[in-house]
Amino acid sequence: MSRCLSERSIDHVVLERSEVAHTWRTERWDSLRLLTPNWQSRRPGFGYRGPDPDGYRTLPEVIDFITAYAQAISAPVRPHTRVTSVRRAEAGYLVRTDQGDWSCRTVVIASGAFNIACVPGVADHVPRSVTTFTTQQYRNPDQLPAGGVLVVGASSSGTQIANEIHRSGRPVTLSVGEHIRAPRMYRGKDLEWWMDAAGILDERYDQVDDIGRARRVPSLQLAGTPDRSTLDLNALTGIGVRLVGRLAGITGSGKAQFAGSLRNICALSDLKMNRLLNLIDEWAQTNGFDRMVEPSHRLPPTAVEEAPPLALDIANGEIRTIIWATGYRPDYSWLELPVFDRKGMVRHDGGVVSFQGVYLMGVPFARRRKSTLIDGAGDDARDLSDHLALYLRQNSA
Amino acid sequence: MAEASSSTNNGVNVAALIEAREALTKAPAAAQFKWRAACEWKDGTHSHSTVEGFYGLGQEQHHKKTFTFDADHPELFASEDKGATPVEYVLVGLASCLTAGIAAVAQYRNIQLRSVTATLEGDMDIQGILGIDDEVRNGFGGIKVTYKIDADAKREDIEALVAQSQKRSAVYDIVTNPTNVTVVVD
Repeated sequence: MSRCLSERSIDHVVLERSEVAHTWRTERWDSLRLLTPNWQSRRPGFGYRGPDPDGYRTLPEVIDFITAYAQAISAPVRPHTRVTSVRRAEAGYLVRTDQGDWSCRTVVIASGAFNIACVPGVADHVPRSVTTFTTQQYRNPDQLPAGGVLVVGASSSGTQIANEIHRSGRPVTLSVGEHIRAPRMYRGKDLEWWMDAAGILDERYDQVDDIGRARRVPSLQLAGTPDRSTLDLNALTGIGVRLVGRLAGITGSGKAQFAGSLRNICALSDLKMNRLLNLIDEWAQTNGFDRMVEPSHRLPPTAVEEAPPLALDIANGEIRTIIWATGYRPDYSWLELPVFDRKGMVRHDGGVVSFQGVYLMGVPFARRRKSTLIDGAGDDARDLSDHLALYLRQNSA
Repeated sequence: MAEASSSTNNGVNVAALIEAREALTKAPAAAQFKWRAACEWKDGTHSHSTVEGFYGLGQEQHHKKTFTFDADHPELFASEDKGATPVEYVLVGLASCLTAGIAAVAQYRNIQLRSVTATLEGDMDIQGILGIDDEVRNGFGGIKVTYKIDADAKREDIEALVAQSQKRSAVYDIVTNPTNVTVVVD
């Protein structure tokens, strides 16, 4: 967005609570790699030129990339400037920070959708003998005591963390809620390549049937695996991880209870994945790719044991750690504008907030399916900066 | 959307359901329902239950008539078998909930159903209810539901119907998740 504003000579500042790429520096686990391949991190005028376009950036590489981009575009970043409030002012908005106040005519909210790790209410009943970490607090298996680990949540974060913890010799039980399975490679190409080529990532918010639903769908269960292997539930059960249903409760005696719906949760996920692969196959056929890539195939269904456990004693010492991989929510505690829906999310129409001159970026399906990807920021910023520029022109004094 | 695709008719008014969904999204208080049943002991293990009123959309509501349910145990438990056993009612509740969901989802997805039948089987070790073995639970060890569905759709789409119906089913949720139950004596 900063680049797009600069191109239009729109005077702006980028307020950063700490340093550029702060979240990547301080709030994610060590082994995390970007789940999109290197070639896909295309920013306006700034793409990947290294030797490994199909690889997935490590955390330090992501930090370098974002920092280098900020420098390349000479973004007017004000680091170590924490926004404490944004409110309506006479000629626009008053932005209070711990480094002084700003008044501005427009505000772009680009603080992200993944600021605060969600922890389910049942966490209050976890016995004291069990250490807990959110995905924001977890760094690597060495932090954990020896012994069993319950990982709650089986989307992208949960599966990656379950994988490395189990391989560290701590037996993992994985509590599986709604998730969307996805093969890393399909017909010899990265799944992201297919989704990009077939236009799935470009699908717009005003083209989908039910945007509210599309915005709530969990992100794909993908991992930036160095060997480009698929890290799905079958891969995890293959190394000995045990699957249980969604965590439904923890009793007073320290028994974790799991929903008996694991089979259907996995069936739904397999069906969703196969619909995506059907879409890709159709696109490949229509566009003449069929003979240029490997033949179409389907992954074996997610294997679920005959009677998955419905309860687990987490007070008897068998489980020493619980990892909450139960998603994130945005932190809008500083946003003092009446723009929230009843779930505390900012109401917007493709990133144009219901309050004039306020814009939102980087939240799920803000304008396009790729809105939360690094690769999605460019198109959204171009559209929203168009809108913003027009707003400034129409409202100039 | 559903109105435009009127060639499918499973007897479900999807347009009304979608309208209700939109209305209740704006007025979540009206979405608070209370479902009720009354039960009277007759004799032995025989009881007679009725269902008539419920609460929803902000006010008391009534079924078109009072529905009645006799429950008992079979003769091999030295009962008189004047009705289905309560656990069979649970199977009935699960089956009818999933089946209604299949019809509704099929309508929404423009899939014409010709026949839908389900058979259900719940495994139970009655050492639990008889107090023979404390380690055996009273309830079902597991429930198996088998659907036979004839519809204008591919097998994959039919499987998706059945999966989505489980995802949205109240009774499926009640059976697969813990629920706080408070029983008091007036």
